[in-house]
Amino acid sequence: MNKVYNNAEKAIQGIESGMTLMLGGFGLCGIPENSIRALVASGVNQLTCISNNAGVDDFGIGLMLQQRQVRKMVSSYVGENAEFERQLLSGELEVELIPQGTLAERCRAAGAGIPAFYTPAGVGTEVSEGKETRVFGDKTYLMEYAFDADFAIVKAWKGDKHGNLVFKDTARNFNPMMAMAGRITIAEVEELLEPGELHPNEIQVPGIYVHRIFQGVDYEKRIEQRTVRPKSNHG
Amino acid sequence: MLDKFGIAQRIAKELQDGFYVNLGIGIPTLVANYIPEGMEVVLQSENGLLGMGAFPFEGEEDPDLINAGKQTVTMVAGASLFDSATSFGMIRAGKVDLTVLGAMEVADNGDIANWKIPGKMVKGMGGAMDLVASAKNIIVAMQHTNKAGESKLLPACTLPITGLGCVKKVVTELGVFDITERGFELKEIAPGVSVEEVQAKTLGRLVVEGEIPFVQL
Repeated sequence: MNKVYNNAEKAIQGIESGMTLMLGGFGLCGIPENSIRALVASGVNQLTCISNNAGVDDFGIGLMLQQRQVRKMVSSYVGENAEFERQLLSGELEVELIPQGTLAERCRAAGAGIPAFYTPAGVGTEVSEGKETRVFGDKTYLMEYAFDADFAIVKAWKGDKHGNLVFKDTARNFNPMMAMAGRITIAEVEELLEPGELHPNEIQVPGIYVHRIFQGVDYEKRIEQRTVRPKSNHG
Repeated sequence: MLDKFGIAQRIAKELQDGFYVNLGIGIPTLVANYIPEGMEVVLQSENGLLGMGAFPFEGEEDPDLINAGKQTVTMVAGASLFDSATSFGMIRAGKVDLTVLGAMEVADNGDIANWKIPGKMVKGMGGAMDLVASAKNIIVAMQHTNKAGESKLLPACTLPITGLGCVKKVVTELGVFDITERGFELKEIAPGVSVEEVQAKTLGRLVVEGEIPFVQL
């Protein structure tokens, strides 16, 4: 078994223009920084990107938007990304906005062998247009399909050479279920360990889902909204 | 008239010991500052945290620990972390006792719109559609009118809908309104506000019955 790649450039080999990618992270928290840098450098374009957000103007997937590498985004929140909002409103970028829980579940379903499921989120809204509905009990639900992504790219805190992954705090977010959902899953980790160094009890994504893993470098971990209490109140 | 802190403080009176609560971005976030002494309330952040604590002390912020508004936060003792699918699983399954969120418009049948102004502004729904589709108890915290001075309490939403018939209560700077089959029922009025002002600024069906008490904070 050899899942270990030397760096992001090597790990993203095979990603071609026009493919569908999943990218983990919530806001800028837990995003695969190394892989995004490598994708920007590679120049691939016409991508469909499934990711809760699209970074900010100058970081995360925002960098790929600036380079016009993305044809379509599937996200739940545009947020404060001005370039994303501009491309969306001008029609340059195709955007499918879907409820956050539906986004998560469409990933989870893909990694669990469930082709579709029913959710109440979005009933009676634009999200429900053209979708099959069904009533269970006294409530209406929408049918949503599992995603099908060529590659899933996730960021974990620690991982071992078998691809077993552990996430830190809220940097977990979409990463585990995206890791489960890719036809090929690439994991970048802050700490690459030997098999056995992670206790089996602590593993959050089993390595069977992970095809490629590499040790990331130079994590910036930019904070989107730095909110603090003054130290003077301490104790 | 209530300021945004007053709105948050009034909503905090709806909390009960043992409640699991999801607070949206903006005024709803402020509700956390008014949890009554001695009451245990667990805050859910839908990016994957139960037991959200206060903002970190300066210099102790951790980019890996944020809330759904992307703000740096801390965890209280007894907190737990989970992935986004689990987070929305507990939301859809109705485990969250109270959801407080902002809105652009609320209709007198409980419909809510808060994610898009066609052609002008698109923020996205984030987790709002999942929350409003399943929460048992939804309170909206918002200003009574928009920047143009137009009522946000309407007979029907004009903006794209986030969820149907889901809002139970609205708290604005003017007062507290329960949504029933009769429309917006004025339950409490803010000090310094007249019923006439509430009537003038409410386009949806408004029910004013008997003596309306002042909002007590």
